[in-house]
Amino acid sequence: MVQARELTVPRRRAVRTGTGRRYVPRWRVLAVFLLPAFLLYSAFIVYPLVSALDYSFFEWRGIRQMGFAGLDNYRDLLSVYPYDQQLWRAFAHNALFFVGTMLIQNTVGLLFALLLFRYGRGKRFLQAAFTTPYLVDPLVVGYLWSLLLNPTFGPINSLLEAVGLDSWALPWLGDTRTALPIVILVNAWQWVGFPMLMFSAALAGIPAEYHEAARVDGASAWQSFRRVTLPLLTPAIGVVSVLTFIGNFNAFGLVYAMAGSTGSPAGSTDVLGLLFYRVAFVEGGVEAIGRSSALAVLMFVFIFGVSLLATSYFRRRERRLV
Amino acid sequence: MTSARRAPGRIAVHLLLWGYAVVALLPLVVMLLNSLRPTSEIFTAPLGLPTSPTLHSYLRVWTDASFSTYFLNSLIVTGGAVLLGTAVSALAAYPLARHDFFGSRVLGAYFLAGLMLPIRLGLVPIFYLMDSMGLIDSLLGLTLLYAASGVPFCVFVLSAFYRSLPGELDEAARLDGAGEFRIFGQIMLPLVRPALASVMLFQFVPLWHEFLYPLVLLRSDEKFTIPRGLSQFFGEYTTDWSALFAGLVLATAPLFVLFVLATKQIIAGLTAGMSK
Repeated sequence: MVQARELTVPRRRAVRTGTGRRYVPRWRVLAVFLLPAFLLYSAFIVYPLVSALDYSFFEWRGIRQMGFAGLDNYRDLLSVYPYDQQLWRAFAHNALFFVGTMLIQNTVGLLFALLLFRYGRGKRFLQAAFTTPYLVDPLVVGYLWSLLLNPTFGPINSLLEAVGLDSWALPWLGDTRTALPIVILVNAWQWVGFPMLMFSAALAGIPAEYHEAARVDGASAWQSFRRVTLPLLTPAIGVVSVLTFIGNFNAFGLVYAMAGSTGSPAGSTDVLGLLFYRVAFVEGGVEAIGRSSALAVLMFVFIFGVSLLATSYFRRRERRLV
Repeated sequence: MTSARRAPGRIAVHLLLWGYAVVALLPLVVMLLNSLRPTSEIFTAPLGLPTSPTLHSYLRVWTDASFSTYFLNSLIVTGGAVLLGTAVSALAAYPLARHDFFGSRVLGAYFLAGLMLPIRLGLVPIFYLMDSMGLIDSLLGLTLLYAASGVPFCVFVLSAFYRSLPGELDEAARLDGAGEFRIFGQIMLPLVRPALASVMLFQFVPLWHEFLYPLVLLRSDEKFTIPRGLSQFFGEYTTDWSALFAGLVLATAPLFVLFVLATKQIIAGLTAGMSK
């Protein structure tokens, strides 16, 4: 007790008793406060995460842990059929998913935020309408759109035929060329409210004088946007980009609902989340534990690493603004 | 003159915004309308409106497709996890925020680290951990896991709230002879109540939607949560579209109700905490 009290560094807001001595509750009291959360969190979050790393470096036969395998599981993922093909394909789909989402969802979100910025009546309703799909479970969104896009009974193709666009009434989710773009669009339909709200908040924080000054200097509306608004939106663009990246590379429920666990048709919508699920629980075989853990670690390192790099890049750009 | 020149642009903006509002809401309206029509009608007139709306599909989904069970399971698991996670976090955040004991900073950082780690990374070990504890296909196992996943976020937010309370509060109580548990229960907890409400809601939504863990950890129909049950149901009722739409509405409705009821409270709770 005494030793513990001497070792702690006084903090700014340290609680003091009336006598001026810093008050520290007895260990038994502290334990009652801290242990439940500590045990729950350690057992179900920290221990499994550490184990995943550990598992990935061992050879497995079913659930029997064999010898230390070094990086063999990682090598297998990159060289053993079918993972050598599926891993890169899934990765490429995730990358397309991200690029498509940035181009469509986040650009449209920015456009809506700009248009709504000075919009009068109905602004609150429009904002609420655009963000409503975001309340719906991604799994429900996936199932709903797969019904709406059904080639025979789906209302979307019926609508296209009703307005004379028969040649557009395609089996959207059944064609390897259109399936992934449709998944990207449906995802954008669900999430577009998020960048819109982020950009709206950022726009509201830009002082009106900046735009007036630009106008007085003879800048066109486009120049004012390109030279004043856009640079000042850098922090919001950074946050939206990083969160989009994390969300897209973790996609699971929406794609599972629209394309099953294999990313049908013919793997054209397969993403890393589905591949991980299949390696771990569906078709991993006796090596499942080691390989799926290696894949989980690879995904984590990539997502975490890129997020950190992107965050520091946007920080640097922000600093250049000041 | 300027306004005259801009008029077509203005109309285009109105059209775009209100047009997109239709795109955003119409699929959800179609979902609701089709759940009120029999399947035969949906198939013959995909674009039609309900001619004689019925709730038959809801009845079928609720009883035959055991949505009532899924609903109850989701409520038990999500509700239990949110209560447990918030309770243990409210306890842990108090000494972490207001006492400087040996290791308090390390422990605080240990809890915070969880905010940055993806818990899906641990999916396979969690499966074998649950297996070894006999918690596969168990609502208790899922509840404990969900509760644990909320701890980092809750500890983070609640610590900030405890820290914002003036130090004189507990000093005075301590001088009057109150013990730590009394100070916690009668002074601290009531003061962070708005924060408790918002952290509970923020945990509730992603847990209500969680699909991967139930997919892996639950086996039998009578244990399924709504998302897990929904994926089962879509495999079994493929041709009964009216029921499928009704199932989607039932899966979505609780969150809409919750948001309509709680939005004001969340905003009030958050701003009350911030301004202190």
